[in-house]
Amino acid sequence: MFDFLPPALILLAGALLIGPTRGVLRTAVVLVFPLLTLVAIWQVPDGVVLSLNFLQYPIEPIEGSAVRRLFATIFALMAFGGGLYAYRQARWYELAAAHAYAAGAIGVSFAGDLISLFLFWELMALFSTVVVWCGGTPGARAAGIRYAIMHLLGGVILKVGIEGVMVHTGSIEVQPMLANNFDTWMILIGILINAAAPPVSAWLSDSYPESSPTGSVFLSAFTTKTAVLALILLFPGEPVLIGIGLFMVMYGIIYALLENNIRRILAFSIVNQVGFMVCAIGIGTQLAINGAAAHAFAHIIYKALLFMSAGAVVYRTGFNKCSEVGGLFRTMPLTAVCGIIGALAISGFPLTSGFTTKTMISQAAANESLVVVYFLLAAASAGVFLHAGIKFPWFVFFQRDSGLRPKDAPWNMAVAMVFFSVLCILFGVAPELLYAYLPYPVDYQAYTPGKVVFYLQLLLFSGLAFFLLLPLMRRTETISLDTDWLWRVALLRAVHWLAAVLARLGAAVKVLGDRIGRRLGTRGRALFGSDTREGEQVHGIFARAWPIGTTALWIAVLLTAYVIFYYLG
Amino acid sequence: MSASRHDKGRAANNGNEVLRNKDDAWLARPSTIRLLWRVFALVLVASVVAQLLFKVKGYFGVDGWLGFGAVFGFLACLLMVLFAKVLGWVLKRDDGYYRKRDDV
Repeated sequence: MFDFLPPALILLAGALLIGPTRGVLRTAVVLVFPLLTLVAIWQVPDGVVLSLNFLQYPIEPIEGSAVRRLFATIFALMAFGGGLYAYRQARWYELAAAHAYAAGAIGVSFAGDLISLFLFWELMALFSTVVVWCGGTPGARAAGIRYAIMHLLGGVILKVGIEGVMVHTGSIEVQPMLANNFDTWMILIGILINAAAPPVSAWLSDSYPESSPTGSVFLSAFTTKTAVLALILLFPGEPVLIGIGLFMVMYGIIYALLENNIRRILAFSIVNQVGFMVCAIGIGTQLAINGAAAHAFAHIIYKALLFMSAGAVVYRTGFNKCSEVGGLFRTMPLTAVCGIIGALAISGFPLTSGFTTKTMISQAAANESLVVVYFLLAAASAGVFLHAGIKFPWFVFFQRDSGLRPKDAPWNMAVAMVFFSVLCILFGVAPELLYAYLPYPVDYQAYTPGKVVFYLQLLLFSGLAFFLLLPLMRRTETISLDTDWLWRVALLRAVHWLAAVLARLGAAVKVLGDRIGRRLGTRGRALFGSDTREGEQVHGIFARAWPIGTTALWIAVLLTAYVIFYYLG
Repeated sequence: MSASRHDKGRAANNGNEVLRNKDDAWLARPSTIRLLWRVFALVLVASVVAQLLFKVKGYFGVDGWLGFGAVFGFLACLLMVLFAKVLGWVLKRDDGYYRKRDDV
């Protein structure tokens, strides 16, 4: 049936084998299966490769194209890098769940129809929840449940949309559409929930920092970026995405500036970066789509690198907050350097992958004469440097000396960080390596002297602003309320209030009931009498014991009346 | 050379990972920090001066002006930090805000 093995199934098989294997063999499974998957991904040619029939619907679980292969490649690479980072520290079930999660992401990448897309989508939701739970704390358990509810809800909305499209158009193919009716809106909303778009962005910053130091590395990569791919495939050029993307960009910066938890800062910056991609998809030109795809690719690498660096700090110190750490560059130099490389890449510094991909999106906005979008993206680029580029390394590795002297990252974590650092610089120095695999032919020059000067000015003066404004950014032991307050607190309060009102209502009804009951009881006893208890003399009218004679008399009266009426009639 | 070699430092270390010596690292010394500020100032000036040599293509006019990137970047950050500060007064809650609630 198959000319080759479906890539997602290879990784899924790997996930299943992690449990039963032990020792070196398990390590081999963790590291080799993502590479095998990578090989299989590059065997997938353009067009529909596999097609089946399910309930009269043509299912196309594998459809190849440049952008699909690009995303699947980075997902497989991420499974490998994450596996390398985690295999000595993470529990086996976290590794297995992470691989199954990656398999879901790769499955979505190649899904040629909406049904397969939905199935792999849910696979991701399922196993990413397990990865969150692997945090192992009560907080992680609660966050995992909230995470699961959000994603299952998103899944239901997506399914409603897919069913609608199936019924109304008869086609389940994954193809470009616009959000112009109920069905397509439902699909768009379902996808946007996974992209951490407003108003539900909070699920991301709520759950990712609760996972284990290794788990957050996997979590940072797949869910939001499969949503980006789904948007590229289904909604390229959908104008509403520009506004949503810009909101996400600004939201991520502002919340990250307020945040104290190290990994939550990075979680907010995921929303910020995905905002760039969503905005680019909304612009929808070939350059913009190339920019979105390239930026997603680069983003997965540097964001994973940042989470690796933060994860190593959390793993070594056991602390999660900026206010608890500081000055760690002394004993964790490698983790610091890798973290700084990731921070420079996310800021889009020249010679890093962020520069060669993010500027494509700005260029696309400029080409379409979108003035506001262009300047907001430029401001956001400055803001990224502020909240992630400097804030993260500064508060973790420098600022004051916390007195902590932890060891540097374990060797496998270090190797994974160096590997991803090299990739960040490689795609910054030689962007054509990435450009060759983008969905459309690339006619874009990242390094022009003018552009480099402009972005250097922008970023360096953001750096100046950071250090001058440091007194305004003192760390406080706080969290910032988000829309999830509505269901975590307001909804709970509403339920409690409703319960209290119902309880009162119940009490009132009971009092009224008792009163009515008593009245009826009195009347009833008057008519039917109460229970006959020993010594009780009072009986109700109908319950009284009448003498036989009286009964016979009444019967005689009735019969006489009957006879009289019979003759009269 | 550094206080970490001092006996007191060793005694405080005592096999523990926690060691409080503030002036042990080159990067943490006030003299280094002064030097870094000077280098940074030079780099800032250089980035603006470089615009005289390499013309920045302005897509919308203003963005081609001398030092536009510098001013725009600085002001954008200033605005974002101030906005975050104001928003913080409304949104910031104690760290255990939700935890306390969950316990209830």
